[in-house]
Amino acid sequence: MKTYYNPEDLAKFGKIGEFGANNLAKKFFDYYGETFKDGALSEREKSLIALAVAHALQCPYCIDAYTSDTIAKGCSEDEMMEAVHVAASMAAGVKLVHSVQMINKAKELIM
Amino acid sequence: MNPVKSLKAQKSQLGESAFQLKVLNDEELLGRQLPLFKEKLNAIGLYPLKPTKIDIFQINVGKMCNQVCKHCHVDAGPDRKEIMTQETMQHCIDVFKKHKFSTLDLTGGAPEMNPNFRWFIEEVRKVDAEIKIIVRCNLTIILANKKYHDLPEFFKKHNIEVVSSLPFYTATRTDSQRGDGVFEDSIKALQMLNAVGYGIEGSGLTLNLVYNPAGAFLPAGQAGLEKEFKRVLRSKHNIEFNSLFCITNIPISRYLDYLIVSGNYAAYMEKLVAAYNPVAAESVMCRNTLSISWDGYLYDCDFNQMLELKVAAKAKHISEFDYEELVNRPIIVNQHCYGCTAGAGSSCGGEVA
Repeated sequence: MKTYYNPEDLAKFGKIGEFGANNLAKKFFDYYGETFKDGALSEREKSLIALAVAHALQCPYCIDAYTSDTIAKGCSEDEMMEAVHVAASMAAGVKLVHSVQMINKAKELIM
Repeated sequence: MNPVKSLKAQKSQLGESAFQLKVLNDEELLGRQLPLFKEKLNAIGLYPLKPTKIDIFQINVGKMCNQVCKHCHVDAGPDRKEIMTQETMQHCIDVFKKHKFSTLDLTGGAPEMNPNFRWFIEEVRKVDAEIKIIVRCNLTIILANKKYHDLPEFFKKHNIEVVSSLPFYTATRTDSQRGDGVFEDSIKALQMLNAVGYGIEGSGLTLNLVYNPAGAFLPAGQAGLEKEFKRVLRSKHNIEFNSLFCITNIPISRYLDYLIVSGNYAAYMEKLVAAYNPVAAESVMCRNTLSISWDGYLYDCDFNQMLELKVAAKAKHISEFDYEELVNRPIIVNQHCYGCTAGAGSSCGGEVA
């Protein structure tokens, strides 16, 4: 069955420049590669952030990639799950903080 | 759940080396014909691969082990009875009398289960007081029986470097690879080694740990993992060690069985091929190591030993050791060799590139 998401496509990501705009693809991958190197944050910490972002943005490719990457970088099950909980808490918080707007508006309208 | 029997005892086809070699080259299972490892070497002028010297003598003193780890390339376990005899050990000692090597690396199985293990080390020390002796200790053997409780003192007395596997700093992932309760016993054993000075700064007693992935993935950078292992083992268990060696799992024997059963085989081989690093290829351990089996035969490495690929030389047994011939032999390679050249490379001493 054909689907929009195919796990094999993840490996093709690095070749998107072959289709067109290779200079932009190159700039992106250079930037991407540089971002994930050890810096003020370790590669390991960056990988956990990426795992959380992958869930926040619900990207199946990224979840696949950063589950593999965090495991390879020695992150524990607890660390990985806590990262996803951060994403989930942020998503819930983003919704809930808008309730302030609802409350403000409601107060305008309600006697 | 870990296997309770070796592949050999289960009469599994994957317990046979010829079948493993067939699987490693099976296009149907792999989804395509992978580039041949020897062609990769040829492209950088390294084929046929030749030794640079013979500096490390790695002896597998037997396949018997108190553990049955899921990834074991030796297919070791309590049901394996292949054990090196004192006579074969004497052949090795005779070689040490004639040739100088930097390192004697003892592995198994659990090498300590060989009844002549201590005798052998004492005899080697008499012949060569300087040689670095490494024992690949699985840690739990120290607690397995009262007769092994004094191993830390024995190691210390003979100035042995201890190298021990600990696939992760949590129980879940360690036990999933090495068996229930292994993490807890490993921690106790590490504390016993620390108690006599192993891994403690200034003691001169080296305790190195080996990390090999508990699953179908490749190890990340050694330095980052070592930092994390040190932080967690120190803070949670008050354990010190010297270095962490990252080793890639080689797709043979029980690890190959795991890859196939879990549906990860083709993807894992693709990962190894994609991560091929020519710089690592130049420094593969078989170029300065000779592997000796429990029955005295000579191999290019412990993996070739398990695949029963004896050295391509006339002298194939320790009793007929011929340095000149062996140092000029072509090293036998096959598709499993991609495991030693992936990323930063892999050897019994960790990364090579």
